[in-house]
Amino acid sequence: MQDINIKITDRNGVTHDVVAPTDMAMNLMEVVRSYELAEEGTIGICGGMAMCASCQCYVKSEHDLPEMTDDEDAMLAEAFNVEDNSRLGCQIQITPEIDGLEVELAPES
Amino acid sequence: MITTDILIIGAGPTGLFTVFEAGLLKLKCHLIDALPQPGGQCSEIYPKKPIYDIPAYPEILAGDLTTKLLEQTKQFEPGFTLGERAETIDKQEDGTFIVTTNKGTKHHAKIVAIAGGLGSFEPRKPKIDNLESFEDKGVEYIIKEPELYRNKKVVISGGGDSALDWAIFLSDVASEVTLIHRRNEFRGALDSVEKVQELKNLGKIRLITPAEVKGILGKDKVTGVAVEKKGEDAFIIDTDHFIPLFGLSPKLGPIGNWGLEIEKNAIKVNNALDYQTNIPGIYAIGDVNTYPGKLKLILCGFHEATLMCQSAYKRIFPDKKYVMKYTTVGGVDGFDGTRKEAPKAVVKAIE
Repeated sequence: MQDINIKITDRNGVTHDVVAPTDMAMNLMEVVRSYELAEEGTIGICGGMAMCASCQCYVKSEHDLPEMTDDEDAMLAEAFNVEDNSRLGCQIQITPEIDGLEVELAPES
Repeated sequence: MITTDILIIGAGPTGLFTVFEAGLLKLKCHLIDALPQPGGQCSEIYPKKPIYDIPAYPEILAGDLTTKLLEQTKQFEPGFTLGERAETIDKQEDGTFIVTTNKGTKHHAKIVAIAGGLGSFEPRKPKIDNLESFEDKGVEYIIKEPELYRNKKVVISGGGDSALDWAIFLSDVASEVTLIHRRNEFRGALDSVEKVQELKNLGKIRLITPAEVKGILGKDKVTGVAVEKKGEDAFIIDTDHFIPLFGLSPKLGPIGNWGLEIEKNAIKVNNALDYQTNIPGIYAIGDVNTYPGKLKLILCGFHEATLMCQSAYKRIFPDKKYVMKYTTVGGVDGFDGTRKEAPKAVVKAIE
């Protein structure tokens, strides 16, 4: 088992250094919720099905993330405030490869 | 005025199951939901997705769960106010409540059960500066009356099923339909995408991709929209209506102002007893409530609904003696005159 470190900037611009486990089948959206870095009910609304974009975040570090699925790609095509570095947190699994990841949560919409 | 015993706000799985549990206690229910159909998130967000933790269903599609719940509650004849959002609540002197929707429909009930999930689904609005000033003046987020668009010019933006389906439908009604999407690809059922392609080839739908509507033109009503194609200068399209279709997102909304104790966008309830809120007679069940150890699961909502109905019964009939009966023993007597019961065992002597 290995924990990794992630830097998450919340919607108020505050950056948090958090530790996330790689053996709990967690995704980034769930990590944000477990640390309560965004208000309940404003993130992970669809529960992690790539169907609501409430967990959109901007990837700030140069990590090689797994490619987007068609679902994620299509959801981001309809979401607001989308940038080139936008991803859905629920589609980013916590794995040893993303140790040191830096992300910023997109505004609530 | 609609009168009922229990007014349920939210017609998702928890709200629908409440009708059944209340029915066993001979209490009548009426449901209000902002969506045009029952089922809540199960119908609106993920009808085609499977759920694996409904007891006794190893796998069930969310849409099928809604169908089954409606079937289970049918004999208790629930009333529905759909497509309207519960707006205000007024406690009467006799302890009953009057709940009024955004369209002015009034409901009088002895008990209010909020089964509102994450809140009422509201259209997601694109960020265009003057968008809100044109609402109902040519900007609509939901198509309620298709005839409104007869022989009019219409611009639709969005890339999902509703944008595709309405573009197809309105191509027969409106004089001109333009569909604008940020991408070349659409996220819709394959046959809808193909149909739009066909209508585009026939010249019945104008497709502009990848592009975005950046501004709205007009004085008292919409006369045009400013469209920007990626990397190009904006241009203007004359139109009578602009319909942004970017899906719906749930908001707690007016319920947040009813004087209920709110924590983390959810309503605090007494989970040691009956899921009642800080206002006696108002309960909150399912995803909308919170208490120590709360889990937002459909199966937890069912449990909460069951206990809540028992408490509601005692509140309505404080002096009546009552013990819970198994449905296998007591059967189910519908308000429609139907009765379901276990077949009687046959007693016959062996000679």
